[in-house]
Amino acid sequence: MTLVKEAPVRPAKKRSAAPAAGRRGRRRENLAGYLFMSPWIAGFLLLTAGPMIASLYYAFTSYNLFTPPKWVGLDNFTTMFQDPRWQKSVEVTLKYVVVATPLKLLLALGVALLLAQRRRGQALYRAAFYMPSLIGASVSVGFVWRALFSDDAVVDRTQKIFGVDVGGWIGNPDYVLYSLVALSIWQFGAPMVIFLAGLKQVPQELYEAAEMDGAGPLRRFWNITLPMISPVLFFNVLLESIHAFQVFGSAYVVSDTRCGPADATLVYTCYLYQKGFKEAQMGFASAMAWTLVVAVALVTAVLFWSQKKWVHYEEAAK
Amino acid sequence: MTSATSPVVRTASERRRAGSLAWHVGALLVLAVVLYPVIWVLGASFKPSKDIIASLDLLPTEPVWANFSGLADGISGISITSFFTNSLLYAVLAVVGVVLSSSLTAYALAKIRFVGRNVLFTLMIGTLLLPYHVLLIPQYVLFRNLGYIDTLVPLVAGKFLATEAFFVFLMVQFMRGLPRELDEAAKLDGCGHLRTYWSIVLPLSRPALITSAIFTFINAWNDFMGPLIYLNTPSKYTVSLGLMMFRDQEGISNYGSMIAMSLVALVPVIAFFVAFQRYLIDGMATSGLKG
Repeated sequence: MTLVKEAPVRPAKKRSAAPAAGRRGRRRENLAGYLFMSPWIAGFLLLTAGPMIASLYYAFTSYNLFTPPKWVGLDNFTTMFQDPRWQKSVEVTLKYVVVATPLKLLLALGVALLLAQRRRGQALYRAAFYMPSLIGASVSVGFVWRALFSDDAVVDRTQKIFGVDVGGWIGNPDYVLYSLVALSIWQFGAPMVIFLAGLKQVPQELYEAAEMDGAGPLRRFWNITLPMISPVLFFNVLLESIHAFQVFGSAYVVSDTRCGPADATLVYTCYLYQKGFKEAQMGFASAMAWTLVVAVALVTAVLFWSQKKWVHYEEAAK
Repeated sequence: MTSATSPVVRTASERRRAGSLAWHVGALLVLAVVLYPVIWVLGASFKPSKDIIASLDLLPTEPVWANFSGLADGISGISITSFFTNSLLYAVLAVVGVVLSSSLTAYALAKIRFVGRNVLFTLMIGTLLLPYHVLLIPQYVLFRNLGYIDTLVPLVAGKFLATEAFFVFLMVQFMRGLPRELDEAAKLDGCGHLRTYWSIVLPLSRPALITSAIFTFINAWNDFMGPLIYLNTPSKYTVSLGLMMFRDQEGISNYGSMIAMSLVALVPVIAFFVAFQRYLIDGMATSGLKG
């Protein structure tokens, strides 16, 4: 809220240039602005800022919901870093993020390139490819995935036909995480649509000029398409990796609520859920949550820093 | 002259046709892989339980209705309609909340010039990047202290308080694109902000409102973690939790009704999607491009 106080300077200056806005009019505008935003302001204070402060406090306490929080300093963090299950959850989550995000974006870009060509029935294809993104989050699809990937089920049997036998996916600690990765990749529709919108903005003249100069399709993709859509690519990388860090439902449902076997799908939020809501260790869970916030903030910062090197923004304003 | 050029034209059009054919073949192949699970679940819902895991056939050899008719019995004394009513109530309240509160907030950010607007806009966008798990525990403690556990209040409170920044952002972007002359003319005619909001900006923002409404409906319908944390009484369970109950009750033995129930649970989402996919996809694309 302290931030709000700094604001008057800039907008006030701007307004002095606007004609016919008297002091009373200005005050009325301010009042109207805050009245219209009052639901959001209440929500922000009550459900965002307040809880943030509370969870920061809980992170340094031992709190089981039934007795008042007890200050324990950095204890939660030191136990957490030494906790083998926490370490496992970090490992599982990182593996998930690093494998699922690039594969999903690759498929999204590939299909977007396919759909960017003007063809009959384009809209229908686009809609069909987008559908998994909407239903993918439901428990139903978790069940379907379980049925498809369980031992001796469709996926298992099909790959045996090709002579590959991994001994099932759902029951196998080495493979079960990849069934979740597959579920994530399957929902490539949202980044695909964003890629498509980006591809449509690339000026056709560039391709025509490059073709005149004798550039082949691969070269055109590398030297024109990729730089031109790099802002959209950046947006997708950012959004998808942040999402991937927070995966929960699919891990919980597909691996039968235990996030296993052998903690193989113990994604970060699954462990957080177990600690907070099964074991009522609210302090520990809050410490975990803040560690996640820091991790996500770091990833975001690194991505923003790296964009100078590979994201090309056009000089001309849109 | 014409006789000289026509063969060239024909080969070019032939090449184009071949390219088009290759494109469709490629697109259909990818589509087949992508839609396989959807088609599989459709087929599986008509298979006898023992065939669902074991059979490699996509479609049932002898279709049976038993999986669906079995649903009428409900799960441990609770009828399927109970889960559906609960989910529907949750989704409808969420839609009303999001559309009302987000559009009010968006109107202020897009159309009213007030002190602190830029700061509030930045704060609002900032909440987009915040992992919501950090709010999960204190919000639970808050709603628990207020006595709202096992009610819909914790699930929809945020929707009525515009905490879903994505939709506010979507609406701000849309309202900023509306011609300025319209609300300025309304102002000259003596319309206050409430009037301008209600009779001019809101009707014109329909595409953004519909997009937000459909996304909200589908998200609420699919929501799993919220109900998992806040609802305890099976009669108050939403469809997602009902599905989990099914798993606990029937286990692996009764795959048939589990798959049938999964399919039925997807029907509203798919129906919404089919009806409104254009809005959804365009909304997704614009929010990504301008972000």
